[in-house]
Amino acid sequence: MKLKGTQILLKILEEENVEIIFGYPGGTVLDIYDCLYHSKLKHILVRHEQGAVHAADGYARATGKVGVCLVTSGPGATNTVTGIATANMDSIPIVVFTGQVPTGLIGNDAFQECDITGITRPCTKHNFLVRNIEELAATIKEAFHIARTGRPGPVLVDLPKNVMAEEIEYDPANIKIRNYEVFHKPAPKKMAQVFEMLFHAKKPLIMTGGGVILGKASLELTQLAQKYQIPVTGTLMGLGSFPGTDQLWQGMLGMHGTYYANMAVSHCDLLIAVGVRFDDRVTGTIETFASNAQIIQIDIDPSSINKNVVVDLPIIGETKATLKDLMKFLADHNYAPVPAQRKAWLAQIAEWKEKVPLTYCQNGKIIKPQYVIQKLHEVTKGDVIITTEVGQNQMWTAQFFSFDKPNTFISSGGLGTMGFGLPAAIGVKCAFPDKQVVDIAGDGSIQMNIQELATAAQYKINVKIVILNNGYLGMVRQWQELFYEKRYSYTDMTYAPDFVKLAEAYGIVGLRATKPEEVEAVLKEGLDMNKPVLMDFTVSREECVYPMVRPGASISEMTLDREITN
Amino acid sequence: MEKKEHIISILVYNKPDVLARIAGTLGGKGYNIESLCVNTTTSYEISKIVMTTVGNQATVTRIENQLRRFVDVIQVDDLTNIESIHREMILVRLNITSDKKDQIKKAIDTYKWKVLLLSDSYVVLEITGDKPQIDFALARLEPLGIADITRTGIVALQLED
Ligand SMILES: Cc1ncc(C[n+]2csc(CCOP(=O)(O)OP(=O)(O)O)c2C)c(N)n1
Repeated sequence: MKLKGTQILLKILEEENVEIIFGYPGGTVLDIYDCLYHSKLKHILVRHEQGAVHAADGYARATGKVGVCLVTSGPGATNTVTGIATANMDSIPIVVFTGQVPTGLIGNDAFQECDITGITRPCTKHNFLVRNIEELAATIKEAFHIARTGRPGPVLVDLPKNVMAEEIEYDPANIKIRNYEVFHKPAPKKMAQVFEMLFHAKKPLIMTGGGVILGKASLELTQLAQKYQIPVTGTLMGLGSFPGTDQLWQGMLGMHGTYYANMAVSHCDLLIAVGVRFDDRVTGTIETFASNAQIIQIDIDPSSINKNVVVDLPIIGETKATLKDLMKFLADHNYAPVPAQRKAWLAQIAEWKEKVPLTYCQNGKIIKPQYVIQKLHEVTKGDVIITTEVGQNQMWTAQFFSFDKPNTFISSGGLGTMGFGLPAAIGVKCAFPDKQVVDIAGDGSIQMNIQELATAAQYKINVKIVILNNGYLGMVRQWQELFYEKRYSYTDMTYAPDFVKLAEAYGIVGLRATKPEEVEAVLKEGLDMNKPVLMDFTVSREECVYPMVRPGASISEMTLDREITN
Repeated sequence: MEKKEHIISILVYNKPDVLARIAGTLGGKGYNIESLCVNTTTSYEISKIVMTTVGNQATVTRIENQLRRFVDVIQVDDLTNIESIHREMILVRLNITSDKKDQIKKAIDTYKWKVLLLSDSYVVLEITGDKPQIDFALARLEPLGIADITRTGIVALQLED
């Protein structure tokens, strides 16, 4: 069957079970859009290409499937870069299709030409410029394969206009793609070593990360911890990979980790790190990180091993298969912790927890941001998918909302991209229309992709937005308070739109709470409505996120609190 | 840890941007490429890159792991740790002036340099060898007045499979 390039693209998207494309048209993709006009494929017209990528990214994080976007050449393509870099840092599988000028014009500075494969080379897992129609089908297939296999990541496919207009015989059976990935099956010898290390450990701790969620290994990790009563801490990206309401869960570690998680890491004698890359926000000073422990690191990507922290036992393998093998080995060899030892270790952590729990003080007439998050958890009973923006809002969410299931906390961890939460929430809601999806935002971040409110309104994508409105770029202000003697250089955001009116202008509902006693009612009203709703909470302006590990300090040295001033 | 030169041999798919990808990523992560040689192998589809970089073992292992992440990279070997043979080549043009003429002739005879081109006004030499040999030749060439020179990166071959 002879097909045009545009038809081949849509055909393969169907074969790859793509349900939805987030995109924005323009000159070089007009032919593709014309083809879409007749197609059953669902397309969401975003209001900015960055929004398209974050939406595809949110969709991918929530479903574990590949998210897809389509944009035009030149400025359309460059607008995707922040989104692509965001997905790349968190290893999220997306495929971004960009239009390109006709091959004959490439290199001539043609109108809306830009070397997008050159620009995105350092922030994609891989990218392609399709040079002729013969390689089109295989390239698209390969793009999906590369995005979802191994350590996942974003793949960009640049599609010159003339290539897409050409015709060629299309036969799916004839498409050959390269198999690039070597899947490491960890050697049995390694399992024996883990057994040995666990056997001798008196104070083991599991550290779970994004790789557990991406590798769909939450169940195995949870079983391992529960069966052998090993306490668990996690990175930001690992939230939800172990039930947040379980007794063994110690909360997040690192710069804004809990006191007890950071103390546990600093005192454990065996750290089993699964699907983490030991980011500097997590480790604090490398020299003192888990300095009393032997470290086992399980990861699919050899380049993550020994990158920041030198480990005692690296295991390269898929997290799920590796944990399964490990469970089997431990069971076959009748591993069991010494009850008294394990009890003492758990009691020690409980003592730390009692000494310095995660807390805040909701008194007076001003809403505390943490209170809003706790109420949101209460009102939804945790049955919700949360996206966040970046800053204090993100950290308080990580601290005060407990996530019981994987793929329910969706946040830009590695790149820390403000403006991620709203478009990501739109992507999530498209995947799960019946789920409650809430973006927890700061008043700064929400303005970075606010235009996507129009997208939500147009398609009746009923996302909810909770703005913790402190009138500051709060997290930056916190650093200025703590490290720059309160010189608040350009972080005051009081000059902002009236968010309630703005919501209404976009055709969605806007609600506001300014007093603690209004919080619950506003949340309930907003969440119950079958419409996109923006809820603006006027919160305590100079609240800080605690505990905090100062940059350059060990994670056992935390600043716990400051005088409560209001 | 001790810093030293590592010769890394990389088999890659011969794609238009594979070199840009490798050079860009290593440069972007702050690793320096000291020398580089690239060409196709017996198959046009597959190229071999021989790259030298300086670093301690941990840094070089990180570079290798980084390289292995690339979709177009097939195999990575650090030839420094394997038995291997190394060669470089220089092409040199010496201008023949009346005062240097005899000296140049004598040097060519003594060191058995290969003459590629000879005219009344210049001579072009091709010299291959390992690094010390090339450095030795360069020291002898210097006083003769080098008009122009091109030195390749290191090529290397492992001696066992
Ligand atoms: C695109 C982008 N620009 C700048 C930053 C630096 N930054 C990190 S947190 C932050 C403040 C965020 O303010 P807001 O959204 O109001 O959230 P809050 O911290 O007050 O909760 C800034 C500016 C960033 N992370 N992303």
